[in-house]
Amino acid sequence: MSPPLLAVERLTKRFGGLAANEDVSFNVAAGEIIGLIGPNGAGKTTVFNSLAGFFPPTSGQIRLDGQPVAGLPPERMAALGVARTFQIVRIFKSMTVLENVMVGAMLHHPAVRVATERALSALDFTGLTRRAHDPAGRLTVAEQKRLEVTRALACEPRLLLLDETMAGLTQTEVQEAVELVRRIQARGIACVVVEHVMEGIMPIADRMVVLERGHVIADGPPRAIAEDPAVIAAYLGEEYRAPGP
Amino acid sequence: MSRAVLGRTIALAALGLAALFPLVVTSATWQNTAILMLMVAQMGVAWNILGGYAGQVSLGHAAFFGTGAYVSTLLALRFGLTPWAGMFAGAGVAAALSLVIGWPCFRLKGHYFAMATIAVGEIVQAVVNGWDLLGGAVGLSLPLHPTGFWPMVFNRSKLPYHYIALGLLLFTLLVNWLVTRSHVGYYLRAIKDEPDAARSLGVSLTRYKLYAIALSSGLAAMGGTLYAQKELLIDPGSTLSTGLSIKMSLVAIMGGVGTLTGPVIGAVLLTAIEEASRMGFGGTGRGTDMVVYGLLIVLIAVYQPSGVLGWIKQRFPASAPAAPPAPASPVEGAAP
Repeated sequence: MSPPLLAVERLTKRFGGLAANEDVSFNVAAGEIIGLIGPNGAGKTTVFNSLAGFFPPTSGQIRLDGQPVAGLPPERMAALGVARTFQIVRIFKSMTVLENVMVGAMLHHPAVRVATERALSALDFTGLTRRAHDPAGRLTVAEQKRLEVTRALACEPRLLLLDETMAGLTQTEVQEAVELVRRIQARGIACVVVEHVMEGIMPIADRMVVLERGHVIADGPPRAIAEDPAVIAAYLGEEYRAPGP
Repeated sequence: MSRAVLGRTIALAALGLAALFPLVVTSATWQNTAILMLMVAQMGVAWNILGGYAGQVSLGHAAFFGTGAYVSTLLALRFGLTPWAGMFAGAGVAAALSLVIGWPCFRLKGHYFAMATIAVGEIVQAVVNGWDLLGGAVGLSLPLHPTGFWPMVFNRSKLPYHYIALGLLLFTLLVNWLVTRSHVGYYLRAIKDEPDAARSLGVSLTRYKLYAIALSSGLAAMGGTLYAQKELLIDPGSTLSTGLSIKMSLVAIMGGVGTLTGPVIGAVLLTAIEEASRMGFGGTGRGTDMVVYGLLIVLIAVYQPSGVLGWIKQRFPASAPAAPPAPASPVEGAAP
């Protein structure tokens, strides 16, 4: 059997004496959507930063197609096919929307003309074409988040890490974001989605990984997770029921 | 007329003016001022690749300017090498030096990087001051003869220096333009805006900052060679001073950091202000230039961080129907 696209093996990250992640393990298969949830401070963003190469893990291993990649810098991870968005958007504000996406496209197509074409088709895919020539700083929050996704997609990743792309969005915008993640999956790109917005992630995740205080406390299909007493106690609260498929 | 067309028209008119100026105006003082403007503009454009586009504010760029001046002069004195070749040798040495300096300094961010470059500039100045091979504090002089194209020495008329300075400025602008049109230019702007986001898209910060500093310092060094040939005397005070480093950054910041022609506009304005204040104070006030710099930095930082070009863009928004007025972009690193 071929190795999974991403294997996180006993990942531990300590900041001084504080363990943000302790023995975190989970797999992501090609084209799969994984929801990564947990209360505030559970260590979700730390996992992301380790996967994207921003933090070298204290111990443990990260494998991409079976190859060890823990400790590689972000630019190497991007080249290997791991792209990410940021919890607090980090768009290039002095550039136009198109130029933002071009920077992503240049990873594999440094020639400006080719990068422009790729960026335009990525913008078309995410529905930002009509904003292409606007300064990126003038987009709405929802559009800025969409721009970050577009920019990451322009890197032609195999694994996309989405950090709270639905936070602060209206109901309609959440639905649009959900739709977009589905279409990204349809392209064969695996997604790990950190999300607080449950109605955003529950219907689309193939599996959910639940973190609490740096540990994985549950890993399974959304329905099972929603009924898991440990998860309910830690995070969801008694009231929550998974919406029907 | 769209702003792009207007901009191009103004640029062509300015080029025409620069080309014809010394033919029309025969006063040696004015001719000298024009050459000074071109040379300062060239430095500013060179500085702008690193400080403007990549947002890495260097306040030690005189070290590279001086490297160019000293390398070509030394090669001319020792081996009789023409400064035309010495200019490129100087650029190469300065670029190599910049990589050695950039490697550790780029680990520092923002103000700390700027402070490190001040230190580097001071160290280079101190080293050259005590180095006999380079003439120490007295400096090096080039012979007045032979004159002509190959030795790049002209004593009958300033005209050749004017056109060499203009040519070098155009060359520097061309390199700058080519950078902005390539993926390197996009990457540098991305690094300036959001370094972490740039990394997440596969941009190696160190690698592209090193590209920027090598190009920027190589071009600054070429300006140093021209300075040496024009003055025929170089010393640490004139080619390696921190004041010179500040001037390079100031003209770019005044005109508009991270823009192609901003440093040219800044150089024309700053040189004009300097010359006016020099005439006004009648040479009694050595140090008045520093007062002027200080005042300008304060005014720009408080009122117009995006420089003259930024002000023009605000006052006269692009009239193309689809494009809304450009917002005032607060430029990072503009404030000292």
